[in-house]
Amino acid sequence: MSNSVNLERHPATKSPGAASRRSTRGHRMRRFATPYLLLVPALLIYLTFTVYPIFRQFDMSFYNWHIFPGAANPFMGWSNYTAIFHDPVVRTASFNSFLFIVITVPIQMAIGLFAAAVLTDHLPGSMFWRAAVYIPVVTSWVVVSWVFSYIFASQGGLMNSIVGLFAGHTVSIDWTAQTWTANAVIWILSIWKGVGWSFIIFLAALDGIPRQLLESARIDGASESRVWRHVVLPSIRGAVTFVTVLLVIGAAQVFTQIFEITKGGPYNSTQSLMTYMYQQAFSNFAFGYAAALASLLAVVLFGFSAAEIRILRQQDL
Amino acid sequence: MAIATEPVLAKPEAPLKGSGPGLFGIKRRNRSRLVIAVLLALFSLGPLLYMVSLSFQPNGGLLGATVLIPTHPTVQNYVQAWTENSFSRYFMNSLIVSIATVIITVIFASLAAFAFARYKFPMKEVIFYVFLASLAVPNLLLLIPQFLLMDRLHLLDSLFGLILLYVASNLPFTIFLLRGFFEAIPKEYEESFRMDGAGTLRVLVSLIVPLALPALAVVSMFIFSAAWDEFPVALTMINSGSHYTLPVGLADFIGVHTVAWGPFFAASVIATVPVIVVFLISLRWFRSGVSLGAIR
Repeated sequence: MSNSVNLERHPATKSPGAASRRSTRGHRMRRFATPYLLLVPALLIYLTFTVYPIFRQFDMSFYNWHIFPGAANPFMGWSNYTAIFHDPVVRTASFNSFLFIVITVPIQMAIGLFAAAVLTDHLPGSMFWRAAVYIPVVTSWVVVSWVFSYIFASQGGLMNSIVGLFAGHTVSIDWTAQTWTANAVIWILSIWKGVGWSFIIFLAALDGIPRQLLESARIDGASESRVWRHVVLPSIRGAVTFVTVLLVIGAAQVFTQIFEITKGGPYNSTQSLMTYMYQQAFSNFAFGYAAALASLLAVVLFGFSAAEIRILRQQDL
Repeated sequence: MAIATEPVLAKPEAPLKGSGPGLFGIKRRNRSRLVIAVLLALFSLGPLLYMVSLSFQPNGGLLGATVLIPTHPTVQNYVQAWTENSFSRYFMNSLIVSIATVIITVIFASLAAFAFARYKFPMKEVIFYVFLASLAVPNLLLLIPQFLLMDRLHLLDSLFGLILLYVASNLPFTIFLLRGFFEAIPKEYEESFRMDGAGTLRVLVSLIVPLALPALAVVSMFIFSAAWDEFPVALTMINSGSHYTLPVGLADFIGVHTVAWGPFFAASVIATVPVIVVFLISLRWFRSGVSLGAIR
């Protein structure tokens, strides 16, 4: 940042004696070293547990990796990668992950923005409503996955009772055992749990729009929909980018709700890329193959984030 | 990108009484908004309230009949959940891991954010972007190499190992947020501190930390709930029951006792209460002038 100053220019001078004893060279060294010393603890952990694994994983993806000690790990070249393109489950999982992203992300954002627009400051009890909308975000995925499983249970599930009420007879739909109803349950759960997150970011963004801007637009006689289209939405474009990028990255790693509700079944039909990668690594012990899958996905997501940020930045200009 | 220093989640509410004409002093245009607010709250809290209701239902009545409000509420499920299945053990493990993750992450991230906010040094922006880059790659994608690394370091099945992984995954976003907050603190305060002979650490501890307390509190809430709810990493790294955290213990619980829904939902309520309490406490600091993610 251009406006940061080097504060060591004002040296610590506890006593005149101490200051003169300190050599200028040692002093300069300290001034130079301070920011690096401050960074050391964070960098050490980050490099060891995040950066090194990225490269390690890429390296692993070229081997037929065995977890068992002493086993040989033959070099495979690109064959793990070519196998990915011929794996029908990868095709299903990619499709499911893609569908998950295009369905859950826009709906979460729409509800989140709507809630942020409605729950304004002058609404009585605004703090309560806001807290209520955010609370699902802090709950545990394992817990809410089972709550939803229970709601959608075939025998005595709340959803079947509601459907039965309309149908006029008892129904026992096994929601989580069939591909599309199971996917729908996973989507509904994920939207429900995700809304609060985009909600608070949109709340902050809407709060940041200058009052005069909105008022002058309204005084000019603009309708509410015109105000939204021409004033509000352009002003929160940065927040929209931020939310889109982070939600897509989050949605691409959909794991726990599928792992708990369907385990990827029936017959791998609800598998996501992440649950399939997990299964390949930790159930089938195909570590090299899973590492190749993970590396590929990391490259795709990184490219997507960079591209999206660039596109939305350009629109800003 | 800028981080606003305006209250967001908890703006001081408009006074209930006499705020305008209409029923109960509520402005007319607010009435339809209130209806929507109630619907939104029902949508958000409904499944959780249902969970609470089920947790008080005698076990025999679960599955097979739809229950909204238990007719003969009982706390038996809670007693069973807490005393059997080493559930209290999982609770303590989660508490240890989450609190340690919060403390270590906040300290390390504050040091780093201070360096980024207040010093000029070669490679500064490069190092910053190295931290930021990982935000674009899902953490879960690193599960396999992290598993092998922990194996090599003899940190598999260890709560300490889990804490290290959680710290690593929470550092980038925390540094990113704290840098913004620290940069917003006027430099003049710091200069006068330095004039009095304070060193870097003293400036950080007695000046920056008190001023950034609301931000640190809110960041701590985010880290706490992330660590408290984390499932896939704990599932992969921890394999002995005595080291399970709550989510792993709960997932195991349902696998072992497929019919014990009552105790399961009681356990779920116990597992959910602390994180909601931490969130509600942190609302206070949202109010005192911090909004995260006001990124425009």
